[in-house]
Amino acid sequence: MNEAIGWLTDPATWQGQTGIPWRLVEHLAMVGVSILAATLIALPVGLWIGHTGRGANIAINIANIGRAIPSYAVIVIILPFSLAVSRDLGLNVIPTFLAMVLLAIPPILVNAYAGLREVDRDLVEAARGQGLRERQILTGVEVPLAAPVIVGGFRTAVLNVIATATIGAVLGFGGLGRFILDGRAKGIVGMGELIGGAVLVSVIAVGVDLLLAFVQRTLARRADPQLARAHGLRELSELPLPPGLP
Amino acid sequence: VEIRWDWIVEHLDDIALAVWQHILLTAVPLAIGFAISLGLAIWAMRKPWVYGPVTTITGILYTIPSLAAFALLVPVFGFSLLTALIPMTSYTLLILFRNNVAGFQAVPREVLEAADGMGYRSRERLLRVELPLAVPLMFAGLRLAAVTLIGLATVVSILGSTYGGLGQLITDGLQTFFPTKYVLGGVLSVALALVVDVVFVRIERIATPWARAHSEQAAPA
Repeated sequence: MNEAIGWLTDPATWQGQTGIPWRLVEHLAMVGVSILAATLIALPVGLWIGHTGRGANIAINIANIGRAIPSYAVIVIILPFSLAVSRDLGLNVIPTFLAMVLLAIPPILVNAYAGLREVDRDLVEAARGQGLRERQILTGVEVPLAAPVIVGGFRTAVLNVIATATIGAVLGFGGLGRFILDGRAKGIVGMGELIGGAVLVSVIAVGVDLLLAFVQRTLARRADPQLARAHGLRELSELPLPPGLP
Repeated sequence: VEIRWDWIVEHLDDIALAVWQHILLTAVPLAIGFAISLGLAIWAMRKPWVYGPVTTITGILYTIPSLAAFALLVPVFGFSLLTALIPMTSYTLLILFRNNVAGFQAVPREVLEAADGMGYRSRERLLRVELPLAVPLMFAGLRLAAVTLIGLATVVSILGSTYGGLGQLITDGLQTFFPTKYVLGGVLSVALALVVDVVFVRIERIATPWARAHSEQAAPA
């Protein structure tokens, strides 16, 4: 532990393109872009399936296959193909990035679907009866009520993606996983870097998760204050997939 | 991509060994994690205040990225098997605990009252009534945990070279720039995860013939 503190308090650790700030930016940028890409694909599909009720089997199958994917395995399966495309980017960025997008899609899609399915059908019918268009029903009724569950999908996705970006260091991708791998490679001398890096990654992951949990809780309170109270806010802060989904 | 099939054919023994090691690397933490989480779930059923703190703590453990979790234990246990097994076990706790509790909660109140009325003692009631009825949801948790563990087991090889399993094929293959080896390790890990998923569904159906109707239900994931 002393080595880790020594490493973390060494000014050199915080400077340049191998320093913590730069590695943190690399890590978070990769997380942000991959979540954005996954959202563009998964959210419309999930909302459409949830709204129309069509293709529910697709959503369930994606959920099952999605969580069966080991991230390290996906990265190395993509690797030879991306190497064929580009020798540089194909090694350190593309495989990890694609794996991150692939792993972020299932939770976002499935929770969007599941969240919408949970919305009281009578409410939707009532909105329809009042002459609201389908799009208005979706954005005005369904999405606000399903928001906590939808954000729950993002929470899972972000968690997967932060962990996968860390593993990406194996192929030479930057990010915070670099410290763990470089520390490991240096042996005893690198112990501080190894542990310090691991602590950093853990703190970031837990911090981001708490932040999203807070967003989720706020949305839950807004969507249905009574329900939020009935469930106890702690429960809602970690709203899982509703039962009924395999 | 050039896959050297001749290498695969020559090394079938090593590959089979890697698969077997991977299964062990998954099964041991799954068994330990299930025992711990079952105890915690029984405790939480008796004392409801336990539920909150347990989900919070296991939730934080679950949030720590796998490579970091392994690295954190290196100073304590070196590159031993414990460094791999402890985080893998702790990752299962959130999933298994929640599903075990959900399983117990799914037992209808009337059934419990009927058991009490028949003179079951609390231990008997637990073993003969509550546990069997909680099995479907517990199995859903085991299935999810097992599949998650298969992925985690590949990651341990990144830090050490003594754990074996399919991750070892991947890491060795990467270090020697030998695509056949790492692609094979990757494909077999995905395949193993899918097979285990299916196997768990089958076992559950066979083990709980009375719960056919519930088998579609799953647990909070």
